[in-house]
Order: sequence, then structure tokens, then C-alpha cells
Amino acid sequence: MVEASRIDVSIEHKHAPEPPPKKHPNTCPTCGSHFRDDELDAALRVCTHCGHHFPVKARKRIEQLADRGSFVEEAADLRSADPLDFFDLRAYKERLAEAEIATGLGDAMVIGSATIEEQPCELAVMDFSFMGGSMGSVTGEKFARACESAAAAGMPLVTISASGGARMQEGILALMQLPKTVCAVEELHESGCALLSVMAHPTTGGLLASFASLGDVLLAEPGALMSFAGPRVVAQTTREKLPDDFGLAESNLRFGHVDAIVRRPELRPTLARLLRLFGES
Amino acid sequence: MANDAEIRLRDRLSKLSGLDLLRGARLSGELERLKRQLDRIEADPTDEEIWSKVELARHEERPYTLDYVERLFEDWFELHGDRGRGDDAALVAGIGKLEGRTVALVGHQKGRDIKERSNRNFGMAYPEGYRKAMRVMEIAERHGFPLATLVDTPGAYPGVAAEQHGQGGAIARSQAVMARLKVPTVACIIGEGGSGGAVAIALADTVLMQENAIYSVISPEGCAAILWRDAGERQKAAAAFKPDAAHCLELGVIDGIVPEPVGGAHESHDEAARLLGAALADAFDELENVPQAELRARRRQKFRAMGVLA
Repeated sequence: MVEASRIDVSIEHKHAPEPPPKKHPNTCPTCGSHFRDDELDAALRVCTHCGHHFPVKARKRIEQLADRGSFVEEAADLRSADPLDFFDLRAYKERLAEAEIATGLGDAMVIGSATIEEQPCELAVMDFSFMGGSMGSVTGEKFARACESAAAAGMPLVTISASGGARMQEGILALMQLPKTVCAVEELHESGCALLSVMAHPTTGGLLASFASLGDVLLAEPGALMSFAGPRVVAQTTREKLPDDFGLAESNLRFGHVDAIVRRPELRPTLARLLRLFGES
Repeated sequence: MANDAEIRLRDRLSKLSGLDLLRGARLSGELERLKRQLDRIEADPTDEEIWSKVELARHEERPYTLDYVERLFEDWFELHGDRGRGDDAALVAGIGKLEGRTVALVGHQKGRDIKERSNRNFGMAYPEGYRKAMRVMEIAERHGFPLATLVDTPGAYPGVAAEQHGQGGAIARSQAVMARLKVPTVACIIGEGGSGGAVAIALADTVLMQENAIYSVISPEGCAAILWRDAGERQKAAAAFKPDAAHCLELGVIDGIVPEPVGGAHESHDEAARLLGAALADAFDELENVPQAELRARRRQKFRAMGVLA
């Protein structure tokens, strides 16, 4: 199972030193506080001591955002094929099956209609624990269907991204999900519907280079990594010293790439306010 | 398994021989060589053949965008700058006459010697480059010029300043502009089609690929480093994700393969340019017959359908 506090995009070599042992997922990487699952869930998976935002799985996120019982899932039966018979150290099919068992999801995105404070919208929520939230054919297809459902119902689409980028195991077809999702956003916009894009940690690579950046409003969670290239790739390619806040939501706000950073407890009311504003048109 | 492979092969062959571009009258003199190509493609490319494509796509003497411009365009006028921050030499743009019609062109540009290579940043564009591209695409739209793009980049530049200037957003918006255009667009991968930096200017009505070009989601080195945890396994990585033109055609990612001179485009820039020019002109001729209103919907439909589901 992939569970990283920072996305791992390192160029590693066979003889690289072992990374430090991973902490328990409920231990805050910033301040070291440890929480029981129910404590963390009650706090929307935000550290009550230092405000660190823990990753949120797709279903949990929908629970946090949507009105109770309002979510109706769509396209849950879609599954990835393996067009390249891809095999690295293990078969792609094996990785897929394992991810499905570990997460209970068919792919890295869950879509469906819902209401947020009684405002109807379509939701497309990504799950980083399914193969690093990577975007393959199914993710792209689900996003396109979410756009089509939103357009058909005349309601805004809210996306929550958490992804390392395109899924390498699907090769060039994974890259083609960038233009595919971009085309879907264009159709959505032409139907007069809004796209509200929330970027959670991490939103990198192909996600940032496609639909996640094309929202009418771009929101980010505090401390989320939002960069096209990961910090280690940049450090190794350029040999530059990276600023401490390289690629973080805060730096993206400063450089004008997002509209606001929204702490998790405020996310639901913020989205509801935007839905009321965009819903009028 | 053997049956599977055979079906795939037959399918690929029928796609290739049914290809208008390859059958086109302009290319009829090439038929002999194409037949040989088809024979070669009939045998599934081996790992070594795929790797040799990677090496050819990166060959030092391979013609770059401006080599083609010089040979194909009359009255070429290069346009500089993104009107905001600067001019990115890794991505060139301009307008010129291609077989008598004014065409807007956007393409990555690598350098030939050390000084030019560093000036051109090895064809790795900053957001400024993609914003220049968008500006020129909008000129094309305003004046009804067809748009040609030539893709040849290891990837968009991964640097601190590039991130601060909005690399991801620029790539996304460049695709969005191409999805909105009402004029005919043709893209051709002429060397390395590296990931987001490549697809930023490749959302086109017709996407072509030169015979020895590669188009991939990540560089073989990057893929090997992440999945094999060893950048030295790049040949294995390339064999696994299959970035060669035949596979891209089989997967429906590109619409046609542009032949190269025997041995590769570096063997004769003039001949490579002639073949590319003919393919571009063919593609534009074909798109001219599509009613303007349908063009954009068809383009979006094409990309909407990409991907393979279980």
C-alpha cells in the first residue's frame, strides 16, 4: 500500500542508503503527536496540535464534504485493462489487484453526484492510496464521465485531487489522459458549468498539467505539494538549492497559481459558498 | 498467448495498410520502402529495436524544428516572447508559407553545439515557451491559419523558476487552447515526445509521428529509476512502455507514421524534410474537407475516446 507523507519521486539507485523507517500513518510527521483512528477522523484527519493535514481517502473525503446520504456513486464498475502487458518488478495486473484489495476501490478516483449544504454538485475525488493516485485510462474516463454528468444536470463539478501524476504502467495511454481530461473540461465549461478544483497533498505531474489546473476556482489544502516536477527530480536535474517551501500550496499562492488555501474544517462551507455563487448562472 | 500476439499483429497491419497517409498519392514513390517497413513492423519490434528508436530519436544529427522550417517554409517569420515575462528559445514559433498557404508553426528546438544547446535548454521549455505557443495559436485562430506543431523535447524543464512561473498550469492551458481552436491542427512528433512538455502542443486534429520518433509518458531513465529503482535499467523500461511509433499507432494515440530516409532522418535532412512536408500537406488537405464546425467536436471526440478499459 502506498502511504507517503511526501510523494516519492526520487531517482534512486540500487546502492542508495535505506530510507528511514516509515512512521505509523497516524503519527504526525510534523510534530510527532500520535492519534487513534477515531480521534483523527473526528478532527477531519487534521493534527489537533500543529494543524498538519493527514491524507484523506476518497470515501472518507466524500463523507466529510457531502450531505449525509446524498452521494450517489457512478461508474464504480470501471476497471483498468493492461494494454501493454506491463511488467516491471511485478506485473501491473498484480499491482492493480493488490490496490483494489487494499483500498476497496476500482481505481484512484471515485465519482458521483451529491449535495453540499444542499447545493447539488458532481464530485470527482481522488485516492492517493490507490497506486499513488496515479491517473490511468479509468481515472481519465471517470473524470470525463463526471464532466458529462455535471453538464447534463447543469451543476458544477467539484474535484479533489491527490495524485503523483500519470500512471507509468499504462505508458503513452496514461499521458493521453491529459488531453482527454482537458477536452472534457472544455466541454463542461462550454455547457456553462463551473469546475471547482481542490488540490490536496500531493497534486503533481500530469494532474497539475491537466484538469486540476483548469478549474474556475483553484483551492489548495495547507502544505500540499503542487509541482509539475517533484522536488528531488528538480534538485537532481538542476543541482539548485530548493527553497524550503518549494512547490507547496503556500508558495503557489504567493506566485499566483491558486486562489486560496483552505484548511480542511473550512472546506465544506467554502465549497458550499462557491456552489451558491456559481449555481446562480 | 501466441494467438493474442498474432491477432494484435494482424490488427496493426490492417491499420497500417489502411492508412490514407501512407497510401497517399504524394507518397506513392515511397511504396517500395513502405512495403519493407511493413514487413519489419509485421514482426513485433524487439526490445533492441525499441531501444534503437530511442537512440535515433535522440541522435545528435537529427533534424530539429528549424531545420525543417528552413526547408519547408517560405517567407518564414519567427515570433518571439510571451508578452509577459520573456522569450524561451527552447520553443520556437512563427508564421510562414507551407505549399502556398500561410501556416502558424510551434515547435520545440534543441541546439546543435554546446553553446546553442544550453541557450535552447536542450529543448526543455519553461512556462514562457508554452505561453508563447498559446499566443501564436491565438494568432492562427484569429486569422484562420492552420496550425502545425513539431514536438521534440525530453520534457518540460524541471526547475525552481519553471515551477514558480507555473509550469503545470501553462501545460494544461496550452492543451486547453488547442482544444478550443476552430482552425485545422496537425502535430508531428519529430524526435522525443517527452511527457507533459510534449502533449502541451500535441492536442491536434491529426497527430503524426516520424518513423524513428518516440512518444512516452516518462523518459526511459525516469521510469527505470522509479519502477526498477535503477536508472541503468532504461532499456528494460523502454521495452516495457513501448514508446515507438508502431505501438503508438496500434494504441490509437497517433493517426499516422511519417517515413524517414533509410537509416534515419539524420542521414539526409533534405529527404526527411521532403517526406515530412508531404505528410503535413496531405494532412492539411484532408482536414480542409472537414466542415469547420465539425473539426473541433471531432478533435475532442478523438481524445475523449483514448484509453483502454477492462
